[in-house]
Amino acid sequence: MTEQFEPIIIGFTCNWCSYRAADLAGTARLKYPPNIRLIRMMCSGRMDPTFILKALSEGADGILLTGCHPGECHYLEQNYKALRRYLMLRRTLPQFGIEAKRVKLVWASAAEGVRLAREITTFVEEIRALGPLNWKDSRAYNNGYGVAEVEVSTEVPA
Amino acid sequence: MERITIDPITRLEGHGKIEILLDEDGNVANTYFQIPELRGFERFCVGRPVEEMPLLTNRICGVCPEAHHMAAAKAGDAVYGVDPPPTAKKLRELLYMGFYFTDHTTHFYALGGPDFVMGPDAPVAERNILGVIHKVGLEIGGKVIQARKYGHTIVEMLGGRKVHPCTSIPGGVTKGLNEEERQKIEDMGRWGIDFAQFSLQLFSDLVLGNQTYVDLILGDIYTHRTHYMGMVDENNHVNFYDGLVSVVDPDGKRLGKYAPHEYTDWVAERVEPWTYLKFPYLKKVGWKGFVDGNDSGVYMATPLSRLNAADGMATPLAQEHYEKFYETLGGKPVHQRLATHWARLIELLYSAERLVELATDPEITSPKFHTVPTKTPTEGVGIVEAPRGTLTHHYWTDERGLLTKVNLIVGTTNNYAPISMSINKAAKSLIKNGTVVNEGLLNMVEMAFRAYDPCFGCATHSLPGQMPLELTIRDADGNEVDVLRQFC
Amino acid sequence: MSDNGKPKFAMYWASSCGGCEIAVLNISEKILDVDAAFDVAFWPVAMDAKYKDVEAMPDKSITLTLFNGGIRNEENAYLAKLLRQKSVFLVAFGSCSSEGCIPGLANFSSGKDLFDTVYDTISTDNPEGIRPQYNWTTPEGLDIHIPVFSPTVRTLDQIVDVDYIMPGCPPESHQIAAVVELVIKALNGEAELPPKGSVIGAGGSTVCDDCPRERNIKKITKFVRIHQVENIDPDLCLLEQGILCNGPATRNGCGALCPQVNAACIGCYGPAADVADYGARMITALASVIDSRDPEEIESILDGIPDPGGSFYRFNLAHSLLHAAKSAWVGD
Repeated sequence: MTEQFEPIIIGFTCNWCSYRAADLAGTARLKYPPNIRLIRMMCSGRMDPTFILKALSEGADGILLTGCHPGECHYLEQNYKALRRYLMLRRTLPQFGIEAKRVKLVWASAAEGVRLAREITTFVEEIRALGPLNWKDSRAYNNGYGVAEVEVSTEVPA
Repeated sequence: MERITIDPITRLEGHGKIEILLDEDGNVANTYFQIPELRGFERFCVGRPVEEMPLLTNRICGVCPEAHHMAAAKAGDAVYGVDPPPTAKKLRELLYMGFYFTDHTTHFYALGGPDFVMGPDAPVAERNILGVIHKVGLEIGGKVIQARKYGHTIVEMLGGRKVHPCTSIPGGVTKGLNEEERQKIEDMGRWGIDFAQFSLQLFSDLVLGNQTYVDLILGDIYTHRTHYMGMVDENNHVNFYDGLVSVVDPDGKRLGKYAPHEYTDWVAERVEPWTYLKFPYLKKVGWKGFVDGNDSGVYMATPLSRLNAADGMATPLAQEHYEKFYETLGGKPVHQRLATHWARLIELLYSAERLVELATDPEITSPKFHTVPTKTPTEGVGIVEAPRGTLTHHYWTDERGLLTKVNLIVGTTNNYAPISMSINKAAKSLIKNGTVVNEGLLNMVEMAFRAYDPCFGCATHSLPGQMPLELTIRDADGNEVDVLRQFC
Repeated sequence: MSDNGKPKFAMYWASSCGGCEIAVLNISEKILDVDAAFDVAFWPVAMDAKYKDVEAMPDKSITLTLFNGGIRNEENAYLAKLLRQKSVFLVAFGSCSSEGCIPGLANFSSGKDLFDTVYDTISTDNPEGIRPQYNWTTPEGLDIHIPVFSPTVRTLDQIVDVDYIMPGCPPESHQIAAVVELVIKALNGEAELPPKGSVIGAGGSTVCDDCPRERNIKKITKFVRIHQVENIDPDLCLLEQGILCNGPATRNGCGALCPQVNAACIGCYGPAADVADYGARMITALASVIDSRDPEEIESILDGIPDPGGSFYRFNLAHSLLHAAKSAWVGD
């Protein structure tokens, strides 16, 4: 019997809404899968696509990005920046062979603990269905294999 | 079975390797000229927007990016079915003439010239641009540097940068010319005409005036009777930027002229398992192997080919030299590869004359240098003459103008078969029954190769002017018997 | 050091176009300073030393090596390691060795795709599907070789330790001249070399800083393709005209040459300082100036960038955090 694939999800959560929602879920003892590792940012607008790319290249199978509802950003407008970055990233990732669905943006307010827990659970299953990304291990090019699969020694002669 | 390996061939743009195989009697059984490089532009340009192609294909070659830039620009026009305004075409051609001027100058003075100015038997240390300057004087050296600078300045003024210009887009160019710039270019062009004539005179004095060199040029070692190809205008005069591609057979008879979109009827490329580069040949004649003759599809595309494939030059001074060229060498077509150096200087003169023609054209400073394309993009072919040969860019796009397919036939690639044959013939003529392979031999093989100015030939601007070679001679067991080197 | 006491200099091209070599030679008179200060030990474009001559040199005997061109095959990788061993200072010279450059775009495809495309084009006559063989026996019975093609394009610092990076495609000649002068002064004890790992021959800001165009608060409502613009305004920021310009993410030092001839910056000078991923920086820069909050409208605006992967990673794909597309790797 094969082990079920357990996705590694990184959740970039905004301090003012979704992080509090996650807290709320916790205090209400609402279960959500341990696959997600939460990283708290002060605002979803703090999300630099670099974070997502780094996470994906180093072992994450999926990224969940959460922020305040449009119009409710604690810093007024920055969740719109997050939205625009997210939309651009979703168009760029498929060119790398990474399914756009591996990155998801969810708006959630501090009161929506139940909903957030559900979104996380749903996302974990969506990623499980997609399968592992395994980016770090598939970097076989570092071993220097050519198309004809002949290994050539690149040791410098003594 | 002995084997002589020349690896790597240095002083080219890129990498090359020659394997010479000797049979038991010490005669050359075969030679293999291998190209060990591949980057795959035909693949990774797929998915890119067509207006980026003049910028992306620049990076095929940093010695002649202007050639790719122009072929890509014309292919982009064709993809959109847009005809750029006359000023745009003239601005592009003006940039192109500036480039040709610098490129042909550097090849003659730093690569090809030294063989004649110093002589093929001159000491190795002297057979380079420095030796040339010592022999003919510092003043001339200064002129050569000036010529290079002028050419690159013109490219920068019209193209934005000295290397990898950026101003051509589908439908025209991004920038026009003002009167001040125009005057500068005209002045540089006029200086260039004098310089080109001076260079031709130098060739006449030093080379044509020397019987040994004339014998060398006319000799059989460097002669191949092949087909020739080159772009011509509506008067069948040589044109680098636009026109139809004329193809003539080894007797000089024109087989036809083809428009860009017809190139696949004329040219096909073969693949060999021992090299990354492909071998183009004439489809209508067919591939018969690495051989000369009317029945062989092997063709050459170089300055010599262009003169052979045309009926004349479009500018008066160049035309005079064109006539003198064929008169001296016994009529058309000329098959002696070393005559390419002379043909190159005639083209140098033409490029300067054409530069002045364009710089003094009343339309050249017009602000109308771009037409916005309106049609849906589909497919198009752009052909120009690169200094090293006919250059073809063929693009297919989707309705947004993103490339779906790319086919390129690049300048020197046209000559891959002829260069291989020239190396083969030189090696066979010079290595017989185990004669000692010496420095003289090395240079003679070099000269066969160098006449083509392979775009492997960028060393041009540097001080040493010759191709360093090393021959390793091994016995049947692979033990090294002797190593001969030719340094700069 | 060579016999005459002059430090040794080397310049090598891996998988390159030759433009870096031309840029070096375009420093014109300054090349004589190089000639006076150094002994050129290895420079395949210009002189005769062979690989075996380099192999025979003692370790660290070449003072300065300028390495341009990307690592596309095993021969390139071998030369990178060899020259690292033999050099005191190894400089990743130009965009190819620093970040992969345009040929790095091959990292969006697999080697098989690449070969299948190249050896089967519309004009290629290859009914037997012949592909280049790394080892081949000629009819006369001898074995000949061509270098093994790697699955992806790699940068120099992905193979060996690099001392300095000189960005640009190619680096502009005036920058090369400045670096040459600095190095010669440093060797004479008249100046200090920057710390190891520094970017040299370039600025510490973005191309926008060098660009003379007029810039206002940006509110982009549309992206247009440059050839669709009726009249490009010669004075206004190109991005404000809706023309996608890579200036905001790109390091300065070139003098913003392309925008000055009405062409968009395409990013050839590599990432600006402290940028971990060039494409990510392009995304953040554009996200800040797109003037819309509505997802549908934003998507419509983004339709104006039909090739985000290419536009955001044009020169930097091989050096990006992801390195290459999934399909490019062996074993996937």
